[in-house]
Amino acid sequence: MERQQPFWQIIVKTIPVMMGYIVLGIAFGLVMNQFGFNLLWAVFMSVFIYAGSLQFVLAGLLAQGSPLVTIAITTLAVNSRHIFYGLSFIETFKRMGHRRPYLMFSLTDETYALFCSLPPDQKDPYTMGTIAVMNQLYWITGTLIGSVLGEVIPFELQGVDFAMTALFTVIVVDQLRFSSNKSPAVIGAMSSVIFLLLLGPDKFLLPALSVSVVALSLIPSRFLNRST
Amino acid sequence: MTTLYMVLAILVAAGCTIGVRILPFLIFSKRKELPKIIVSLEHTLPQAVMMALLFYCIRNVNFQHLHNWTGTIIAVTVTACLHLWRRNVLLSIITGTVTYMVLLQLGLS
Repeated sequence: MERQQPFWQIIVKTIPVMMGYIVLGIAFGLVMNQFGFNLLWAVFMSVFIYAGSLQFVLAGLLAQGSPLVTIAITTLAVNSRHIFYGLSFIETFKRMGHRRPYLMFSLTDETYALFCSLPPDQKDPYTMGTIAVMNQLYWITGTLIGSVLGEVIPFELQGVDFAMTALFTVIVVDQLRFSSNKSPAVIGAMSSVIFLLLLGPDKFLLPALSVSVVALSLIPSRFLNRST
Repeated sequence: MTTLYMVLAILVAAGCTIGVRILPFLIFSKRKELPKIIVSLEHTLPQAVMMALLFYCIRNVNFQHLHNWTGTIIAVTVTACLHLWRRNVLLSIITGTVTYMVLLQLGLS
């Protein structure tokens, strides 16, 4: 069943992620630089946290000096979707041996998507391990390039942090396009607007996320997922 | 920011991220059935969280002064429309960001 593929064939599968991670990694490095954090902090985050969208949010939170509790709860909320990625691979990962801990750590959106696209006979430890390691290397490479660019470019790249806004705009557009029921998005938008008006830009995120989770848990699911 | 704060903050974020990623393996390795509420949240939560994060990104927009939000609104609209049209994530992000940077130079933020 497990006929091992050559290394380059696995690399070919990761090319879409390579393009995405290097470009987004560069954006992240540039954003960190704009916020005044040097290369070491940016790479430190990409090595140990390795969660794209969270790292962008975290750059802003760190620059504000937000409390650790806010950072913890924001991280849990932003990355909560990862719980569902693991659920799809509980059985598969049991066969991964010494690679299992790293595979669990590195299960990002894109790595998850690539794993899902693998035919069953290619879900072997070598293929999955290689994909996971290469993807994180792309992300770190992009982060490095972005941080260095930020240092080297003589003028200020004002407004480059909009990359984060653009990223979330794209994610929201995709989510709305692919789901027939938009009420969770409406709940998220409403609680955000309410707490933005009540508490202001620096304190609204935490209550907005908490209220969304509670609301989505309490509202009977038949109102929330009619289809898909 | 002190170095200690930075290290602690990054470790907290790293710990929470790892926690979330290994949680399903810790809880559900033995069980077959997932609780209903988890199955439901799987579909609904991402939409709400991403919407809240989009608001987080534009949280500093000041609607009282026209020149303080036109740039952001235009760039978000350009990103969204381009993405609906071409469906290319990188193209949308790069074009949107460049649009915003140009508008910023023109005095719109």
